[in-house]
Order: sequence, then structure tokens, then C-alpha cells
Amino acid sequence: MTILISFVTIVMLILLVMAGVGVGGWRVLFGTVIPYAAIATFLLGFIYRVTLWARSPVPFRIPTTCGQQKSLDWIKPSRLDNPHTGLGVVGRMALEVLFFRSLFRNTRSEVREGPRLVYSADKWLWAAGLAFHWSFLIIFLRHFKYFAEPIPAWLLTIEHLDGFFQVGLPVVLATDLIIVAALTFLFLRRVVDPRLRYISLVADHFALFLLLGVALSGVYMRYFAKTDITRVKELATGLLSFQPVVPDGIGLVFFVHLFLVSVLLAYFPFSKLMHMAGIFLSPCRNMANNNRARRHINPWNYPVKVHTYEEYEDEFRDVMKAAELPVEKD
Amino acid sequence: MAEAIKKPEELGRVQFQPSRKGWMDPHVDFRRGTWNYAAVAETLRYLDQPNPRKWSPVDDDWKLPEGWEKIILEGLRDRLKHYRSLQIFIDTCVRCGACADKCHFFIGSGDPKNMPVLRAELLRSVYRNDFTTAGKILGKIAGGRKLTVDVLKEWFYYFYQCTECRRCSVFCPYGIDTAEVTMMARELMNLVGLSIEWINTPLSNCYRTGNHLGVQPHGFKDSIDFAVDELEELTGVRVDAPINKKGTEILFVAPSADYFASPHYYTLLGYLLLFHEIGLDYTWSTYASEGGNFGLFHSAEMMKRLNSKIYMEAKRLGVKWILGGECGHMWRVMHQYMDTMNGPADFLEVPRSPVTGTRFDHAASTKMVHITEFTADLIHHNKLKLDPSRNDHWRVTFHDSCNPARAMGWIEEPRHIIRAVCNHFREMPENTIKEQTFCCGSGSGIGTDENMEVRLRGGLPRANAVKFVHENYGVNLLLCICAIDKATLPPLLEYWVPGVEVGGVHEMVGNALILKGENERATDLRGQPYEPEQVEAEETEKTHA
Repeated sequence: MTILISFVTIVMLILLVMAGVGVGGWRVLFGTVIPYAAIATFLLGFIYRVTLWARSPVPFRIPTTCGQQKSLDWIKPSRLDNPHTGLGVVGRMALEVLFFRSLFRNTRSEVREGPRLVYSADKWLWAAGLAFHWSFLIIFLRHFKYFAEPIPAWLLTIEHLDGFFQVGLPVVLATDLIIVAALTFLFLRRVVDPRLRYISLVADHFALFLLLGVALSGVYMRYFAKTDITRVKELATGLLSFQPVVPDGIGLVFFVHLFLVSVLLAYFPFSKLMHMAGIFLSPCRNMANNNRARRHINPWNYPVKVHTYEEYEDEFRDVMKAAELPVEKD
Repeated sequence: MAEAIKKPEELGRVQFQPSRKGWMDPHVDFRRGTWNYAAVAETLRYLDQPNPRKWSPVDDDWKLPEGWEKIILEGLRDRLKHYRSLQIFIDTCVRCGACADKCHFFIGSGDPKNMPVLRAELLRSVYRNDFTTAGKILGKIAGGRKLTVDVLKEWFYYFYQCTECRRCSVFCPYGIDTAEVTMMARELMNLVGLSIEWINTPLSNCYRTGNHLGVQPHGFKDSIDFAVDELEELTGVRVDAPINKKGTEILFVAPSADYFASPHYYTLLGYLLLFHEIGLDYTWSTYASEGGNFGLFHSAEMMKRLNSKIYMEAKRLGVKWILGGECGHMWRVMHQYMDTMNGPADFLEVPRSPVTGTRFDHAASTKMVHITEFTADLIHHNKLKLDPSRNDHWRVTFHDSCNPARAMGWIEEPRHIIRAVCNHFREMPENTIKEQTFCCGSGSGIGTDENMEVRLRGGLPRANAVKFVHENYGVNLLLCICAIDKATLPPLLEYWVPGVEVGGVHEMVGNALILKGENERATDLRGQPYEPEQVEAEETEKTHA
């Protein structure tokens, strides 16, 4: 059901843009107005969400420690998995953000007859997650060629490396294949694994379908429905320079691609995709475990009702004296 | 209780049990053995907690106060504003499922709502319904659920089936910590008077008498005196154990179980021998006679209320620094909360070992050092005369307690001590120790009897790893540095892996420590006689060399 709702939503979005551009001829709407609105929503929404998060204070220093603490001189601390300095935290975050350190630990547990528990390394999620995110990043960077003239050298290098295998014409870019494969895997595991199937919400499938839609429409354009790149570039640079034009001769599939990207951008700040920013603010990862060395301040720390020693002694003075325990007042 | 529990082979047959209607349909079966008794009205009253009344989780009517939904939702709004952790943990989860089979309760029960992701979704779904635009419009499609009595019952059931052990947080790509979510959910439930007896009774005891067990000052002194007498019988040495003594260098605070429960008691004997042998200038306190802090399992405010006495007492007694005993959650409070809540401890000095001169700079602000750090330093500097062969009747393994492992990172300190005082030490499999350690299944205030089935299920992964070293290496003693472990692991092991006892690291220190002027020890600290057969057993066990 969750899958169906997500899928139908995506199909309807695609039909909407096809009807809008193909039948209605609303090229300006889908070529400029919606992309602008989407970018604005993305930027404002993103800032809004991050501000909202940042506004909540961090009352306690609660890092999850995953290795030896810094204590005695002769015990080697785990500087990255249990950082005690700011630099260590930067290292830990870098490992987390760039290489998904925590997911790399993933194991799979199984209770066999006996009972006997068996654990095995399970790197599939890590591999697919990493493959998807890195491909997405590279593809995202590659798209700057539509906005820049002349195309900078680093962009050409990326594209060159991406097309390393020199297969097909136009050259098949590895990231195009990887992103589709990774997204397909991520979707299939949500369908095949009973636990994942159980926890998956509409939002989970929707995000995957949307990303797949973006990727597949892009792939279709590049390899099958050869699109007039010069005109696309005209449109893109127009958007960027705030002098939007929608040249003729751009195929329908481009509008589908652009619209899905717009939906992705507008949806982003209000969805779980915000984990992109959230990871940087996670107190369990971005704080140093130097709790006892440096005092952490809670901005809303307030006085509480306590049971003082005087009250305690008042209640127990007699028994304390009988037990020959020292007291403050006789 | 016992007759209700199935046999291990049966209980260990775990199946994934998703509900046909999906998880969003709230449903809880308060089956015997799976839930905790409700807090007694009197304890709620003593602690100024709302809605004191007589009720039971199996009742249909939980006697919630008028407008309880609003109280909880407002409480949630308030906490979102005060805790970035909560806001981030609610917003960033992508339901990747990496946490699912990392939870001991899920592994042992197969109940999908024990997957950390779904445990958090119980709260998240209410948030979506009432705090997000999509949830307000789309409701269930956006993953939103209205806060109903059934949802609240589900919260009560599952947030008291989380031991706040943080194992899921180790594996989560965003570090989402279910302990934090559970803490918040419990705070919200407290607002309408939903708490459990096993948490609230210790709380009110501790608030009044200074310790969870409700031991009054004279009872405390009796316990310590008894231990001193017993040590004299065992070793021939009479140790000094000052109580409420002003002007000493160190205040020593241990979990109360150490002086009132077994096998904790043997750890206490170990402390006393060690302090005597190095001539430590220290004192116990009756007012601060509890290191543990069940406030951690209740609310930040309660944690602070109970924790306040540590610094207040250190100040009153005029000590220089504080040393703490073997305890798990106690140390999460001391390490991650105490200084922030009740500091600054500017009236204390940076802890320095009077024996080795080592300055514990990593505790420069909090001014509190854990006994394994202290003892590891002593051993490293060769300040103790040890005879590890006095522990040769034990083949030991070490259970990293959740909080020391995942909230501090004491991995090496206890191991350094164990290697010095025991000849036969074997680790459990790598993914069940250190930061990946499995909880005893009874932490965070749920280590009581009425929920034994849940505890046994939750303890299965830990027990199974013990079973592995028991069967393969003849391990017969599980060492740990946590009072809750020492209380709850014995019944767990008796059920899943009979033949393995539970002990503390400083019990082993006490056995191995050669005291000046001691008699030859006829028994270990448990009173078990040393027998010549030990030598024979040794020969069959070559692997440890």
C-alpha cells in the first residue's frame, strides 16, 4: 500500500508535467516558474529547518563513545571513535559523512535453534548507501557544465574519470549505472526484507521513487532521447543569470527531468532527506568526550528541590548518634 | 513467577512477529512477565509527582488526568525546544533499519516494536501528526498517529522495554540514540503519572535516606562494620572504614547494592582491602550513600535532585576529590551530567593519586575518578603486591557494561586490572564486547521480577556470548563493573547458561592483593576454600598460556 501510494504519486507527477508541457504548452511554467519556486523553497526551507534545530540548545554533552577514552597517559585513546578534542570530532564527523563509518559496523544477527546467536558482517547497506550518495554527488557536480561557459577543467576531469570505461556512444558514465543500481537495491531491500517492509512509510518509498525518476529521466535523455544540449544550456544559464528563456526544441523528457528535480528540491527541507544537515548537528556524534575535563554548560539549567544534609540529619540524628556517627548538631 | 516462564529452548525460539495491520495500529498485550508494576501513589507524592493514584497497567482505565493529551503534547513541544537531540533524532531518521537487530530486546523477542527504529516511531508518529504540516493534512499517509489511550499504553509498554543501553546509537549513521528518545518519552509519561514502581520506590528512598535501598545511617554503618569484621576473619587484617569523617582527602561513593546485595558485597570487600593496603585517606558518607541514580531512568530533573547530594556532601566533608565505585548508569550520570547539572565543583581539587602522584587531568573539572582508573594506575606503577594465582579457580570473562562502554569508553582500564589479578581471562566474541557490548537486559530501572520474561529475552544475546566462552574455554565467572549487572546477570545466567557466576573486578583485586601482615588465605572473599584440585584443573586448560 505504501509502495502503491508513492508510485502512483510519482506517476501522477510525471503525467502532470507531460500534460502540462505536451498538451497545455506551459513551458514557461515548468521551465522557469516551478524551478525558481523549487529552488527558493529549498533554500528557505533548508535554512528554516536548520535554524529551528540550532535554536534548540544542547543541554548535555552526550557523545556515543565507540572506543577507548582518553584517561591515563599509558592507555592509547581511540582518537576518532571516541574523540576528546575538537580535531578528533572533525575526524569522526568526516569519517561519518564521507565514508559512513557507523554503517560500516553493520552486522546481521540471527537466532538459531538452541538458541544460538550468529552474527555476520553485513556491508550491503553501507555499500549501496555509499554508492548512491557518492554517485549523486558526482552527478550533481557534473551538472555544472550546463551552467558554466567555458566548462572548467575540474569538471571535465570528473566527467572523464566517470567515463573511464569508454563504452558506448555517448560514453556510458559509471555513476549513471551505479546510482540506478544502488537506488534499485535500496528499494528492493525495503520490499524483500520483512523488517524493512514493516517499518517503511510512504515517505521512504516516495523518496526512492523520486530519486529513481530523476535518475532514469536523466539517463533516458543522455542515452536514448538525445536532447539538444545547447538549448538546455541556454535554459540553464538563463535561469542562473535571472534572465530566463525557454528555447524551442527541448524535448518533453527534459521537462519531466527538470520537474522531478524541482519536486525533489521543494520536498527536501520537509522530509527525512534533511538527514544531510541533521548529521552535522547530532549531539551523539559531533561532541568531544571530554566531559570530566571541561564543564559543559546547560543554558536552561534551573534550581531544583533537593534534600539537604541538614534535613537528612534532622530526620536521622538520633539513630546517627546511637550508631556513633558524627553529626553536625547535637 | 517461575512457573510462567518457558524453558530456555522454547523461549529461545524467536520469530519475527509483525502485526497484520501494520505497526501504526496501536496494540499491546499486557501479558504476564512483560510489564512492570505501576508506581505506588505514596512515592509519587513524596517526590511531588503528578497524578498519584492506585492503578495497574492491566486495568482498562489508567485514571489519566483531565486533558492528558494536551499535557503530553505541550510537554513534547517544550522538550523539543530544550533538547536539540530530540528534535534531530525525530527529524533525521531515514528508517534504514541498521539499528533493527542491534537491540537485545528485538533479538530476544522478535517483536518489531522492539526495533529501535520503531520504538522511536511510536513517539515520532505522534510528533508528525501534531507538529508537522504534512501530518496534520495527510495523517496516517504521512506517518502520523493521533495520541490516543492505546498509543499511550504502547508507549508505556515499549519505553519500559528499552534499557537505554545506546547500542543502537553505535550503529546508526546519524548517531540517533534511542536512550535519549526513551528518556524523553518517560518524562512525558511522568507528566500524567505513568511511572513504574521499580523506579519510583528507589527514587523516593534515595531522596530520603541517601540510597536506593532505603538503608538508614545506622544500617549503613552496620553493613560496613560487618564487612570489616568479616575481612578480619578472612585475612587477619583489620581495616579502617571511616564514615562521615570530615577533612579526609577523598570521598568514596559506591552504588548501594555494594554494601547490601550479593555478589556486589565481595566487590565491597575488595575496595576495603585495597584502600587499607594503600593507606588511603578517605571516607564513606551515609548521606551520599548511593552512587547510582535512578533519576536517569525517570527525568533530568529527578536525576539532578538526587545527584545534588554528591557535591554537597563533598563540600560539607571538605574532601579534595571524589572516587567512585563500580557502577554503570551511575557513571553515565557522573560523567555526562553531574558537572553540568550541579557543578562547578570549584571547591574541589584536580584528583591526584596519593600513591602514584598521577594527576587525573581527564577529570580536572568534574573532580571524580572511577575506581578502575584509579586501580589501573596503581597496578601500572607496580604499587600493589598481587598474587593472581589466588583467582585461579576462576576462568573469567569481562562484560563491558553499557554506559561505561558507550558513554565514556572505559575499555582498557578494567582489562588492565583483570590481566594483573587473574591468570585466566578470555574475551567474548568481538561484536558482543567493548562498544558493541550487549546489555544485561535489565538496566534503566526494569530489573525487577514481574517482567522476568522480558529480562530473559533481552539478556539472551549477552548470555549467549557468555555461553560461547563457557563452553569453549570453561569460563565460570563473568566479571563486570556495574551494580545492576551484578544484581540481574545471576538469574539470567542461571537460566541461559548455568555454571557461570557473576563478580566484580575489585573482588578479584581483593582476592589477589597481598596485604601486609595478612594470614595465609584459606578461602577467597566468597568464603570458598582454596583446594589443591585447582592445580589439576589448570593442566587441562592450556589455551590460556
